Amino acid sequence: HLATSLPLPSERDHLRPRIDLVVFMIDIRSKYSLKNVETSLAYVDASYFLGKVCFLVTGVGRKNDCSIETNSICKLGEAYCSPVLFCELELEGVRVATAQRLVRMLGICAGHIPGVSALSFVSLMRKSNDD
Amino acid sequence: MDETVAEYIRRTVLKIPRDEIKMMLQEWGFLSEAQLQTLNFHQIKDNISQEVVQLCEENSADIKQAAALDIIYNHIYQNKRMWSVYQMKKSGEELEYFDITDFKKKFKRRLRSALKNVTITFKEYEDNAIWIRVAWGTPHKKPNQYKPSYVVYHSQTPYVFISSSVLKSTLPLLCQALIVASNYHDIREMELRSHSLNSLKDIVFKRYSQNFQTDTPKPLQGGNVEPENADIRIVEENKSEKERIHRLNQEVFGSGPQPKLEFAQYRLETMFKSDPKMDVLDKKEPFRCLVKFSSPHLLESLKSLAPAGMADAPLSPLLTCIPHKARNYFKIREKKSLYPESFVSP
Repeated sequence: HLATSLPLPSERDHLRPRIDLVVFMIDIRSKYSLKNVETSLAYVDASYFLGKVCFLVTGVGRKNDCSIETNSICKLGEAYCSPVLFCELELEGVRVATAQRLVRMLGICAGHIPGVSALSFVSLMRKSNDD
Repeated sequence: MDETVAEYIRRTVLKIPRDEIKMMLQEWGFLSEAQLQTLNFHQIKDNISQEVVQLCEENSADIKQAAALDIIYNHIYQNKRMWSVYQMKKSGEELEYFDITDFKKKFKRRLRSALKNVTITFKEYEDNAIWIRVAWGTPHKKPNQYKPSYVVYHSQTPYVFISSSVLKSTLPLLCQALIVASNYHDIREMELRSHSLNSLKDIVFKRYSQNFQTDTPKPLQGGNVEPENADIRIVEENKSEKERIHRLNQEVFGSGPQPKLEFAQYRLETMFKSDPKMDVLDKKEPFRCLVKFSSPHLLESLKSLAPAGMADAPLSPLLTCIPHKARNYFKIREKKSLYPESFVSP
């Protein structure tokens, strides 16, 4: 399901299946994109931040067009305990690899992989010097 | 043949891309087909231009012919110049029959009475456009052929398109001559400028597709908005919002291609409104600020802002009024009334 922002339109509530993973896409060339994501985060239930949220940063292939610092995105990821993935949609190889990663994450979040749950992502987020 | 004429012809030919030289010389018609056959268009341009000058020497070209070649070049490469639009006003409602010979005679007479050293060249094109090239001199110097002014006049309209010379003082003279020759009594510069002459014409002649409100707007089918979305596994949550934006865009911009402008400039002379606690600019003076939007194709980029998610629809009327108001330079002043809003000055 693609949406431009949250909250999702209520008129489609009855048509929507269970949401297992929320991927926030941030275009590194647009400050508006980051702002939109930050506003939308407020509409996500807290339980999703146990591994069912992920940030996907796109447009990283063009270094000259960056409007957002990767530092601020990484801080966002840390604040919400969610992984940050970087990709360039215009490169087919990267696009396909990222899609495969997301599908694998989705499978875990949906509970299709026995023995692994979304909480595993949270433990992976902890920095090694925290222990 | 005069050396300055030879040099001018040589430099004009050098400007032309190699593949187009033959075509332009043919349109010029000054060199015979036989002479054109002797030219080798596969050598470097330096040599081609030298050979052209040789042939012009044989035909005893003068400045008039050289100027004619320059008009042809500038007509084809009109988008290299910056054009401004002027509107002429008639005193009465008399519909006079336009006589091209009379126009040319009056124009030349008016200019020459003010300035003896001018080169004036006319060329008419099929779309009723009269192209005028004027090279300016002084009472003591011959005209500078490298800094001419170009005028495009459609005789059935009150509009004149001018690409003025860098010699700024020549503009009033040019305007004077135009109104005298065309039997108008006044001329004013519109706040509309662009490199694309055709787009300027589209705007003032209202030739671009404008959307007129109809009583029964066509209902938009979801399929029209995203035709490439063939995968049924992808669900658009904000489809109705996308459709709303698309509909608003259609209403504002129409469905056809937009005229090509490169800038929109807003000169703000409004008061700075800040938090009174911040105590910025305690002097109650207008905050002078210039906002300039530039783009290779400004109106198309404005049209794509909302669908791309980069701006909210509807866009500010200050941006969307550009083609309707036929202007892309604005002055925004404070409205001196009970309602402290800014308004756009005429």
